[in-house]
Amino acid sequence: MNARRVDYDDTQGLVRFGYGGLTEACYVLARVRNAAAARAWLRAAPVTNAVALDQAPPTALQIAFTAPGLEALGVPRAVIDAFSHEFVSGMTEPSRSRRLGDIGVDAPSRWIWGAPAGTPHLVAMFFARPGQLDGFMKRLMAAGWYDAFEKEQRLPTGDLDQREPFGFADGISQPEIDWDQTRDPVAARIEYGNVVALGEFLLGYRNEYGKYTDRPLLDAGEASAGLPAAEDAPDKRDVGRNGTYVVMRQLRQDVRGFWDFLLAQVQGDLAKAETLAAAMVGRMRNGDPLVPTRARRVEGSERKAEAVGRNEFDFDDDPSGVRCPIGAHIRRANPRNADFVGRPTGLARLIAMLGFGQRGFRDDLTSSVRFHRILRRGREYGEQFSPADALKPAPPDDRERGLHFICLNANISRQFEFLQNAWTMNAKFATLSGENDPLVGNREAVAAGAVDGRFTIPRDGRVRESVSGLPQFVTTRGGAYFFLPGLRALRYFAADGRR
Amino acid sequence: MTPQSSFMVAAPIDPRRDADLRRLLASMNHSPGRVDVNNALIPFREFDALHFARVFVIDDTTQDDIRAHGLPPRNHPSYLAFLGDVDGDGDDFLREVAARAPAGLRELFSCCAGFDPDADLVPWMKRHSTPPAANYVNWRGRTVRRVREDAALYDALERYIDDNASALADLPPREVHARAKAFVAAERSAGRLTLTPEPPTPPGRSFANLLHLLGIPLLLLVASPALIVVGAIVLLRVRSLEKRDPELCQRVDQAHSDALALIEDRDVTNQFSALGAVKPGLARLWTLSFVLLVIDYMARHVYVRGRLARVRTIHFARWVWLDNRRRVIFLSNYDASLEGYMDDFINKAGFGLNIAFSNGIGYPRTNWLALDGCRDERKFKEYLRRHQLPTQVWYKAYPGLTAVDLERNALIRKGVDAASLDESEARTWMSLL
Repeated sequence: MNARRVDYDDTQGLVRFGYGGLTEACYVLARVRNAAAARAWLRAAPVTNAVALDQAPPTALQIAFTAPGLEALGVPRAVIDAFSHEFVSGMTEPSRSRRLGDIGVDAPSRWIWGAPAGTPHLVAMFFARPGQLDGFMKRLMAAGWYDAFEKEQRLPTGDLDQREPFGFADGISQPEIDWDQTRDPVAARIEYGNVVALGEFLLGYRNEYGKYTDRPLLDAGEASAGLPAAEDAPDKRDVGRNGTYVVMRQLRQDVRGFWDFLLAQVQGDLAKAETLAAAMVGRMRNGDPLVPTRARRVEGSERKAEAVGRNEFDFDDDPSGVRCPIGAHIRRANPRNADFVGRPTGLARLIAMLGFGQRGFRDDLTSSVRFHRILRRGREYGEQFSPADALKPAPPDDRERGLHFICLNANISRQFEFLQNAWTMNAKFATLSGENDPLVGNREAVAAGAVDGRFTIPRDGRVRESVSGLPQFVTTRGGAYFFLPGLRALRYFAADGRR
Repeated sequence: MTPQSSFMVAAPIDPRRDADLRRLLASMNHSPGRVDVNNALIPFREFDALHFARVFVIDDTTQDDIRAHGLPPRNHPSYLAFLGDVDGDGDDFLREVAARAPAGLRELFSCCAGFDPDADLVPWMKRHSTPPAANYVNWRGRTVRRVREDAALYDALERYIDDNASALADLPPREVHARAKAFVAAERSAGRLTLTPEPPTPPGRSFANLLHLLGIPLLLLVASPALIVVGAIVLLRVRSLEKRDPELCQRVDQAHSDALALIEDRDVTNQFSALGAVKPGLARLWTLSFVLLVIDYMARHVYVRGRLARVRTIHFARWVWLDNRRRVIFLSNYDASLEGYMDDFINKAGFGLNIAFSNGIGYPRTNWLALDGCRDERKFKEYLRRHQLPTQVWYKAYPGLTAVDLERNALIRKGVDAASLDESEARTWMSLL
């Protein structure tokens, strides 16, 4: 490995930190009004890098651009077109909407932001300690923001104390980035592990295939001066290095509808409703998984002490889903498998490669997860809601709740889109048929695979239970693909007179 | 057991009729990517033995790639291709389709160079038939009829369990199985379910298969002294070639990619058609010929029950030589989206993919033929997409069903057909529902 250390001071902090201590946050979407003014504002913007400090900063600012945004800033078309296909054509391209499940009530034409006609040019993410957000935003925006940008939409967030709006502990399972690039990603993995190659989350570094992802590489010259050199082509300047793609989706959660439905299934018994909810999620509300933890080591899950007990598990001992249903949300979102079934080594692996390994009906159906991990950085919005609130009538001013889903990945199609298409929205996930994610799934037939709002709960030695008539609990309200540049690339985008 | 076979008619298109042909093809669809199964030209739904079919234009957009090898483009014609996978004999199917849809076929084939409107359809189609060099069938012996019966059985049993959830909830597996069998028997006598017994294997088929099973290895054994020498020389030659063969994996043109995406993901299964030229030189031609022979043999005798190596998402696939073995077209019907299909290939069957496709011009660099290659994911995906052709008309006899669905349904059927199951068999069987 000829890997060099990551330039944390060239990387936006969100890649490394969730800014959990900065409990106030607001995402501001906007379009460029005046390119020169926008570039000037961006040059002066105090974007926070990923260098670890003794104490978290009181505020943080992160900035990411859509493809139309880069164009509006005056970035040459040829540079933009060298980013990935998904980023260039955008989240709302019609065939993509089909794959992502953005159809019916989730169709982009119904979104409150991100619809094709009004794609935002950039998102500025403001984070601050309690009480400091307003002042922070006002101060930065006073510096020419309104001359530079227009059609601003502010997406406020709430602090639900690590719980997502349905009431479940959230953000427990995250991949561990192999920052020091010590793991050889090319070697086959026979155990589920949580450490993922740096190149899966930052452009310009080796990914799980040991290769580099698409990004613009420029000839050395005046325009590209200041950009880092490309690791795989040292005579080129790398616009992508230390940057990554941000997938942002506003997901409305019908929290009241969720608990109403569950309570109706169990004659209003709150404890039973929680059990059913746990089966749908695959975890209890406090975050404990439904399968026993620490049955075996999971590489990389030990790095965060508080998460070990909730993360050190896989589903190998529960193949038919009698402990954690196969269709449960966490099992779809991360099937926790490896490159092969049954940990074959040596000759056994060769036999498995040829297709003569474990050949049970349920074996070897799901793609190896290490190629499909995402780094989640979302925040909730709306007020807190406890299951018991569902027993009371809704107040007249019951406001919308949900999640600003944000994930980082270097290859949108292989990571976020695959996860969404092949796992959460797939009516044919693993051996299932006719049901998609009980929690976040739409209830639309995707690609003629009928979805009838069913959720199957396998039982040990008895016929399965199933819940039918699941309504849709999560609706997509907006979304876009952004590029979160390294700081030198940000200065390149914001430079005047170089084109 | 009813064996499956394939047919493929491919004839050069009269360039003056290209636009007419494309209009005709469009008329067979409701909308792009969604076939009208009762369309006026070939009403696919009427053919009970037909699993998959496609009618499309083989139009090579990568002909100039051969310049990278210092050779001039060969200007191959565009072809109209009509192909499918059927139960029973391929020629029997051609006779059936000629008898049932003569006018539609004539209208389509009239766009081909030199088609005589008075020609007899069957001999004309046979004259323009191209057999596969390698042919994969997900499950040898599974007929369209069986697929539909098994799917109806699965649906009926699912409904039965839903409707009797509380009565079945605490019963042991063998009791559930017995009750399900009784329910199925009642449904059958009421005429709501049909479970046709396995038809006999056509005479001569088992013998021919055995002959093939033993004959090919025997021939290879007899020829082995020569094969080993030639093989070693060819392998060394390919080894030296692969280090300098040009890679042509440039980014796919967005319009090309959009045209392909428009017709994809309309069903849980997708079609895939990709065309490429074989790298110049005998070493590559012989390597590919040998590899396809082995794939065909393995697909016929070994990978006959739902798995092509580790891949479980392919219903039917074939490689076909074109233009005197200068080009190869690969045609498949796979479950899920293209991204997942390509990932499956890279991660589960990369070696097989490499030894076959790396003999095509422009493939990502391999290492001893089987290694690397498609592991360069980005290049491989661009390469594949670039060589993919729009499949204008595509038919599947069982929409909404994946190969894994078919396998599950067949396992359920097997359990229903069994007189009784022991405790562990019954448990496994019950967990399929």
